[in-house]
Amino acid sequence: MTTDASYLDGNAAAGALSQVFAMDVTAAITQCNGCGQTGVFAESHVYVNAPGLVARCSGCDGVLLRVVTTPSDVYLDLRGLTYLRLPNP
Amino acid sequence: MGIVSPGFSGRRRSGSELPPGQYLTRDFPVLSAGPTPHIRTEHWEFTVTTETGEATKWDWAALLALPADEITKDIHCVTRWSKLETNWKGVSLDTLLADVETSADYALVHSYGGYTTNVPMDDLLDGQAWIAYEYDGEPIDPEHGGPARLLVPHLYFWKSAKWVRGLVLSDNQDLGFWETAGYHEYGDPWKEQRYAGD
Amino acid sequence: MERTTIRRRLTWQVGTVTDVRRETATARTLVVDVPDWPGHLAGQHLDVRLTAPDGYRASRSYSVASAWPGDTIELTVEQVPEGEVSPYLVDVLQVGDPLEIRGPVGGWFVWKPEQEGPVQLIGGGSGIVPLRAMLRAHAAAASTTPVRLLYSVRRPASVIYVQDLKELAASDDVDVRLVYTREAPAGEPRVGRIDADVIERLAFKPADEPTTYVCGPTPFVEAVADLLVAAGHDPARVRTERFGPTGGP
Repeated sequence: MTTDASYLDGNAAAGALSQVFAMDVTAAITQCNGCGQTGVFAESHVYVNAPGLVARCSGCDGVLLRVVTTPSDVYLDLRGLTYLRLPNP
Repeated sequence: MGIVSPGFSGRRRSGSELPPGQYLTRDFPVLSAGPTPHIRTEHWEFTVTTETGEATKWDWAALLALPADEITKDIHCVTRWSKLETNWKGVSLDTLLADVETSADYALVHSYGGYTTNVPMDDLLDGQAWIAYEYDGEPIDPEHGGPARLLVPHLYFWKSAKWVRGLVLSDNQDLGFWETAGYHEYGDPWKEQRYAGD
Repeated sequence: MERTTIRRRLTWQVGTVTDVRRETATARTLVVDVPDWPGHLAGQHLDVRLTAPDGYRASRSYSVASAWPGDTIELTVEQVPEGEVSPYLVDVLQVGDPLEIRGPVGGWFVWKPEQEGPVQLIGGGSGIVPLRAMLRAHAAAASTTPVRLLYSVRRPASVIYVQDLKELAASDDVDVRLVYTREAPAGEPRVGRIDADVIERLAFKPADEPTTYVCGPTPFVEAVADLLVAAGHDPARVRTERFGPTGGP
């Protein structure tokens, strides 16, 4: 755990991710590729005061995902996730 | 296309002294993409690794023993703020790299906390880049990259890596943290090279 | 696992401000008519985007303060010192003006009337906004689910939704408790942050198996979530939303 409070949580990523996903991601279960912790994406630590949006694992601070929105494209980096589990509708 | 918001102008944007699309700020915004590392100077180390794998290291005392420059430069953040005439003290990379045997074209800058950014060697030499350890006459706050950060002010400020711990030199351009996620590989603010393809 | 809703990818829509209400010296509620608003769950939020005449844009995320169904949506915006978007929304935007909106988003920090178990709401400052939507949804559904609200404010003048909260406090449906951190009204002896004692006295007990919603600035949320877990609450039943400035184009 970190003590500085410069982060928000996964809810803050919902708008940016809604540009990409047709399903809500904040309630999804994620597994961190760094430490293996699983949890609800909404509980991850999200940094928004940066050139892009960075979601980090609340356990190990490893990067879970990054979103950069440019005028023409959305870049989504999911390398930090082992998986993202969403309900099968 | 959207709309124009009646009465909205946003923060004041560039006058002639600023690169295109920038606005002037007097405070010093703190951007962070992760938790702030708190590195004690007695544990701090800076390592340059060449394309042959040879490593040269400096500890804090060795850095402070080198001749330092007082630097006054404008800085330009890709999130559109610019700050004029910021004052730093630090060691020129010309000094640090003087005895490093390399013909590499590129450096990947590494930071404590895992951040990386790529800068061509041509932009790190000839009095264009420093390892800075003072801001406005004081040690650099951890929030602003202390104990030491790279200062390469002619490029967008994401290139001036906070909490710098080393350079890995290479003949190939390996992209850094933001450059692999849509930001421009070079980042010249006067050409407004914000995003890949700009 | 919470069920999420399937929907299309979101795009920006243009709404019209139909009313504004001053809540405190620094907060204002905007009533916005958004044609084809798909509806939202209590606790969801949306993004607002402003565009200057030269094309410069800034966007921020705000919780929806109202429940659905309804004819309009309401946002309550607290002015951030040195902010770029919030001063416009609090002081400049007028009735009749257009406002670009994308949403709703978020499927975790939501309350649905069919949800089982008591509901504990804990808000700090403008963190009351999504909790107010939950209280509205609770009233609209005539839900018999027990609800308690614990609301931390600096001083009496900082209370958002004063009238709503008075009405709720007078009814039997919801238990409303205010905690003052700087200055309390006459007759309220305690001034201080939410602590273990406040949680013990005023919140549902772990044995009641409440779902707890905590919203506020990051340090507030961290402190309250830690107190809840220390008091024996199941972390899986504590849902948090941290408030703060958001950037990006």
